[in-house]
Amino acid sequence: MGAKQLAEKVESILDNYQRDQGMLVSILQDIQAEYNYLPKEALVEVSQTLGAPLSRVYSVATFFKAFSLEPRGRYLINVCLGTACHVRGAVRILETIERELDIRPGKTTQDLKFTLETVNCVGCCALGPVVIIDGEYHGQMKTDKVKVLLENYT
Amino acid sequence: MVTLTIDGREVQAEEGAMVLDAARDNNIYIPALCSNEAIKPYGACRLCLVEIVTNGKERLVASCLYPVEEGLIVKTNSERVMNNRRTIMELLLARCPSLEVIQDLAKRLAVDKTPFKLEDKRCILCGLCVRACEEVVGVSAISLVNRGIDREMASPFYEFPDACIGCGSCAYVCPVETITLEDVGDTRTITMPNPKMQKTEFKLKKCKICGNYWAPEKQLDYITKTLSLAPEIFDVCPDCRE
Ligand code: SF4
Ligand code: FES
Repeated sequence: MGAKQLAEKVESILDNYQRDQGMLVSILQDIQAEYNYLPKEALVEVSQTLGAPLSRVYSVATFFKAFSLEPRGRYLINVCLGTACHVRGAVRILETIERELDIRPGKTTQDLKFTLETVNCVGCCALGPVVIIDGEYHGQMKTDKVKVLLENYT
Repeated sequence: MVTLTIDGREVQAEEGAMVLDAARDNNIYIPALCSNEAIKPYGACRLCLVEIVTNGKERLVASCLYPVEEGLIVKTNSERVMNNRRTIMELLLARCPSLEVIQDLAKRLAVDKTPFKLEDKRCILCGLCVRACEEVVGVSAISLVNRGIDREMASPFYEFPDACIGCGSCAYVCPVETITLEDVGDTRTITMPNPKMQKTEFKLKKCKICGNYWAPEKQLDYITKTLSLAPEIFDVCPDCRE
C-alpha cells in the first residue's frame, strides 16, 4: 500500500466528516473498516489534517476494542465463551482453533487470513457452543468439525 | 461569598470554589494527589473524598470536584470517610509500593499494610502530567492510553514524542515524583515511568554572556514561535538579561 494512496484515502474519509475533530471516533471506524486496522501513517495523517494532537488520536485509537493497531486477518473468528457455551465445551473448541491456526486469542495468523477473538455470550445460547466467523454463526460446534470449518474460508 | 460548615466549623469560601480549596484555605487537611491549582480538577485519585449532607442525605464526593454551596455540611473525617480513604490508600500502596511519596502518605494516613496483591507500577494514573502538557503548555505530547488494567501514561506509539518541547512541566507536577528531569552539560534528559518509553533527550541552549546552559532549545523555539518574538531574545539567559 503506497504512502500516497493511503494519504488520499484518509483525506477522503476526513472530508466525509468535514474534517471535524468531534467526529474522531467515526473517522477511525471508517479507516479501520477500510484497512482492517489503523495504520500508523493514517493516525499521523488524521492528527495533522484535523489539527488534533497525535497523543489524543493515539489515546482514542488504543481505548476502543473495535480498533486495532496491528493488521487484522481477512476473517474474524469469535469463539463464544459465555456460560452456556462454556459448559458445552467452548474452551476445547477454542483450544482446537488455537492449535489449528497456531495463534492465541487477540492475535492474527501470519498470512493475515484469520484473527482470533473470544466473546462473552452472543445471545444464541441454544446453539452453543457457537463460533462466529465473519458474521456467520456456526452452532453446535464440535472439536472434530473445526478443521473442516476453517478450510471453508479461503 | 458562601458559608459552609466543615467538620463543625463555619467557614467562608468564594462562590465556585471547590470544597477542597475551602478546606485548605482554613487549614483543614484533606489528603489529595491529583489536584493542582494550575490545572482543572479531574477527580482521578479519589483520596480527597469527603462526606457531604444535602437535603438531609449523606453521600461521599470528591472534594476537589465539588463546588461549595451555601449551608453545605462537610465531614472530612467521619467513620465512612476514614474507611473509604483507607481502602483507596491501600489500593494505591498495592499498585505503587516502591514510590516514596505513596509510602509517606500511607504512613500519614496510618496505613501500614495492604490486603491487595502487590504490583510494581510507578504511576498512579492521575493524569496531571497529561493535563499540564495539554492545558498549561499546550503541546499535548503525552496522553493516557489503552483502557482498564492496561491503562498507562505514554507518548504515541511509545516513541520519542515529536510534540514534546522538553519543558519539564510533567516532571514538575507529577505528585509522586516519578517523572525525572536531569540537566547535565548541554543535555536535558527526561525519564518517564513507562518502561516501554525511552528516555528523551534535549539539547540545551547556551547563554551568550555567562555560558550557562539554561533551557531546551526546542522549548525556546516554541515560545518564540507561539508568541512571535524575535529569536535573538533568548540568546542570553534571564540572569544575564538587563
Ligand atoms: S506520571 Fe505522575 S503525573 Fe503522570 S499520570 Fe503518572 S503519577 Fe500522574
Ligand atoms: S484530589 Fe480529588 S480525586 Fe484526586
